[in-house]
Amino acid sequence: MRIAVLAVQGAFAEHEKMFSQMGIETIELRQKSDITQDFDGLVLPGGESTVQGKLLRELDMYDGLKEMIRQGMPVLATCAGLILLAERLSNDDRSHFATLPVCVRRNAFGRQLGSFHYRGTIKGIGEFPMEFIRAPYIETVSPEVEILAEVNGHIVAVRYQNQLAAAFHPELSQDIRFHQMFLDSFRKP
Amino acid sequence: MKDRQYELNKELAQMLKGGVIMDVTTPEQAKIAEEAGACAVMALERIPADIRAAGGVSRMSDPKMIKGIQEAVSIPVMAKCRIGHFVEAQLLEAIEIDYIDESEVLSPADDVYHIDKTKFRVPFVCGARDLGEALRRINEGASMIRTKGEPGTGDVVQAVRHMRMMNSEIARISAMREDELYETAKELRVPYELVWYVHQNHRLPVVNFAAGGVATPADAALMMQLGAEGVFVGSGIFKSGNPRKRANAIVKAVTNYTDARLIAELSEDLGEAMVGINENEIQLLMAERGK
Repeated sequence: MRIAVLAVQGAFAEHEKMFSQMGIETIELRQKSDITQDFDGLVLPGGESTVQGKLLRELDMYDGLKEMIRQGMPVLATCAGLILLAERLSNDDRSHFATLPVCVRRNAFGRQLGSFHYRGTIKGIGEFPMEFIRAPYIETVSPEVEILAEVNGHIVAVRYQNQLAAAFHPELSQDIRFHQMFLDSFRKP
Repeated sequence: MKDRQYELNKELAQMLKGGVIMDVTTPEQAKIAEEAGACAVMALERIPADIRAAGGVSRMSDPKMIKGIQEAVSIPVMAKCRIGHFVEAQLLEAIEIDYIDESEVLSPADDVYHIDKTKFRVPFVCGARDLGEALRRINEGASMIRTKGEPGTGDVVQAVRHMRMMNSEIARISAMREDELYETAKELRVPYELVWYVHQNHRLPVVNFAAGGVATPADAALMMQLGAEGVFVGSGIFKSGNPRKRANAIVKAVTNYTDARLIAELSEDLGEAMVGINENEIQLLMAERGK
């Protein structure tokens, strides 16, 4: 089992560390030749979605990865990653992979002074420490999208087919359960 | 609650890693920077090269100009205050800046004390030439560090010197016996706990960027290969012939900092780099401000 982490910008090392603690091998995707390697799951980490979205295209990984996600490649997306997956952004004309039928608001809790920590509940996991850093939230979802967590009435984690996405940063916590849930969703028993 | 905010502030710096933070002086430049792939912008009235040329006292920028930039872009906006000028910092916090740079680029307001950054909710980044400076700033509440380099010169030599100095001191402390850490804490004038953290983790407790004198994609990749977690580019972009193209090339060079073939391609036809001044030609060493 090998997980590929998009490593064009942002907190990709934190995801790699998380998987390494779980005994899972990771590789980094920084340019087109990287995506031809074999991997079983994809991680879209936190960072700046504008930068990541731009580099994805200009370093020629966008089409290849989008096709893989469409074909069912399991994806774990956090914060900026959620923005990359969202079909629509309510306060931005851009969209990126647009494979997740939700509408996301960028910087939805405001600037850095609006960043916060919250002990919320994730469906299937229970109580979980959530770090929101200039975070987005999900405004609306298509009916077939499963809502996994909400904070003050805002949707912050969802699952849709092969895509698992959160507005917060499980990779910054010491808690492996969200990453475990991702692996369990496709790991052969 | 305060500690919680400090954690969140360190985490914002983690999100900036692998990215380029660009100095901008107008909303138009901020837009160009964002489109070129900057992960944040530093709003300031004059870029360091112009501050150097103009001389005189250099202060925090006009809040209206900073707000204009905040409105123009969706990425984090940083701004500089003078070393020790905690009221300038209060003003920047009041307009909800995402990061304050307590910066040697501006004229210091206090030649003894830095700002007590633990009194703020908004995060601070500070410059450092060596490990002692870095840990002293962290002890005062900085949640991100950058090398000082020598701003506004286009000469990378000092950024390299500062990064190497920091790395070699981290290596030295990592190799020490635990009973030697107490003396090191005294030498560096920092609490034992910070020295112990470096000893255990072989790194600073916060994210560390390179800054000061980065002018080309190769400069940026050099700093990344030397261990920087991201790069600040000040005068290097908007003092060059083709800012948009150069900014874009530096961003990609930071992402693929070990791919020489790609960086060579990126370095083609960038137009004129900022002219630059050599270290020994300058009168004013900004890096000597605030130790």
